[in-house]
Amino acid sequence: MSYVVVGAGPAGVIAAETLSRLGHGGNITLVSGEPEAPYSRMAIPYLLAEDIQEDGTHLRHGKGHYDDLGIKVVHERVASIDSKGKSLAFESGGSLGYDKLLLATGATPVRPPIPGMDLDGVKSCWTLEDARQIIANSKPGDNVVLMGAGFIGCIILEALVARKVNLTVIEMADRMVARMMDKTGGDIIADWCENQGVKVMISTRVNGVSENGDGTYKLELEGKDSINADLVVCATGVKSNMEFLEGSGIETDMGVLINEHMETNVPDIYAAGDVAAGFDFMTDKHDVHAIQPTASEHGRCAARNMAGDRTAYRGSLVMNTLNTLGLISTSYGLWDGAEGGDESISVDKERSKYLRLNFKDDVLVGTLALGMTQHVGVMRGLIQTKTPLGKWKDVLMEDPHQIMSAYLACAQDASRRIG
Amino acid sequence: MQKSLLIDADKCTSCLQCEMACSFEHEGTFNPARSRIKIFEFEHGKRSVPYTCTQCAEAWCLHACPVEALVRNKETGAVEVKDDICVGCKVCTIACPFGTVNYNPDTGKVIKCDLCDGDPQCAEACPTDAIVYVDAAWTGLDRMQQWAAETDNKPMANA
Repeated sequence: MSYVVVGAGPAGVIAAETLSRLGHGGNITLVSGEPEAPYSRMAIPYLLAEDIQEDGTHLRHGKGHYDDLGIKVVHERVASIDSKGKSLAFESGGSLGYDKLLLATGATPVRPPIPGMDLDGVKSCWTLEDARQIIANSKPGDNVVLMGAGFIGCIILEALVARKVNLTVIEMADRMVARMMDKTGGDIIADWCENQGVKVMISTRVNGVSENGDGTYKLELEGKDSINADLVVCATGVKSNMEFLEGSGIETDMGVLINEHMETNVPDIYAAGDVAAGFDFMTDKHDVHAIQPTASEHGRCAARNMAGDRTAYRGSLVMNTLNTLGLISTSYGLWDGAEGGDESISVDKERSKYLRLNFKDDVLVGTLALGMTQHVGVMRGLIQTKTPLGKWKDVLMEDPHQIMSAYLACAQDASRRIG
Repeated sequence: MQKSLLIDADKCTSCLQCEMACSFEHEGTFNPARSRIKIFEFEHGKRSVPYTCTQCAEAWCLHACPVEALVRNKETGAVEVKDDICVGCKVCTIACPFGTVNYNPDTGKVIKCDLCDGDPQCAEACPTDAIVYVDAAWTGLDRMQQWAAETDNKPMANA
């Protein structure tokens, strides 16, 4: 049996490791599209901030880790799939046959369709090579503009501030981290950043970037004065890597569509991680989560199914956590509320604290938190187990900060007889 | 034989000796806010519940870590944080559905119970045996069920 895993991010690496550890035999090939050892994009901001060296971004640290597990790592980019002949064609001209194939090709940044996005001074922050470019092109005191204050933008923001640049953040939406934070939370984060010397411009559209001729760049803003920058970092979103699937017959929408066994519509081809539109058990829909926990769960579940251990995946819960210059934010599930549900909110703008719990009947379905670092995970516990809160819902409606007590009293009740 | 913490909330008097011992062992200071084990009070202090990581088999934290900073200690069974590798991304803190991995803003790393390398100081410090360190076989529900099944089968074996 030949197992081929395309993509050496968390989903691909975990799938290859799981295939090996299941011990059903077969050859395992991990196809990496980048020249590096498999690494974590999530660790890149910490490299930019000079907290770690490049090897600190590596997914695995053991010498000979992949060899020891019988995983052959090849560095190739896949050009196309012949799903009838069951083989991959590489951009380099070679090919590779498979019996079971996992697509774990992740995502790539997209830039807005405006002039100047191809200029030298406009960088993405996605790969290790991007990180090297940003490090080489930004020094203390430089004017740096960050386009996009989404999740990735905000992670890079932290790293850029650590590099002591003069930072301006431009975001098209009406708030920061619009995909994990409501207006109240987004505004608290923006105030926090402004107080630490970062200029935040929300509801602002960049119409184009051009060269000034002296090595600096000019950003034209819609309805506002243009601004100059030494470096523009673009973090305006990502899209799943699916171009090579053209002609393969594999069904896609925002990502590759998979069933509960992580199978695509084409036999023996599976998908996992940021390229996959997997099932979300809170929304009852298929979605690309593009988060580490989902990639990890996808990878393990896909491997089991590929190896013949039929395992149904119950679906993922969307969750995020972010550190914006020391302000920790967290979101889970239906963080913007459920239709016909209730919400319990506590806001302290002075202290940059915010907690929002969303319920459907007496079940927690989503949360937002700012400034919370202790026992955050119990929110996942309550949401995922759909625990009926009973009288504790009334307590939480009065004071959402009683979440840990409610968790201990309700979720742990069966196993520990408490509360 | 692996051992694990067995907690009996009925015996807890909320003296906080466990939190002090944990904090001193890991941080060198008596700061309950940095303890890996926490006492939660119910019914206005009438009832106290010590709470910490169970070193669960699923190890949600370990699987969610992007840089392999969480590693299971084969001797003790504890999932330990490797401080030199942890980048502080906090994904484990949201992935753990028990809420027992916490972020320490002072160090920029996460902290969790590591069973003190096989000599848990909380159990050592507990004056009422609300926290004891015993054979793992005696703490888990599944082990109890196994025990029950074994007990149930004994008359059959004798017959």
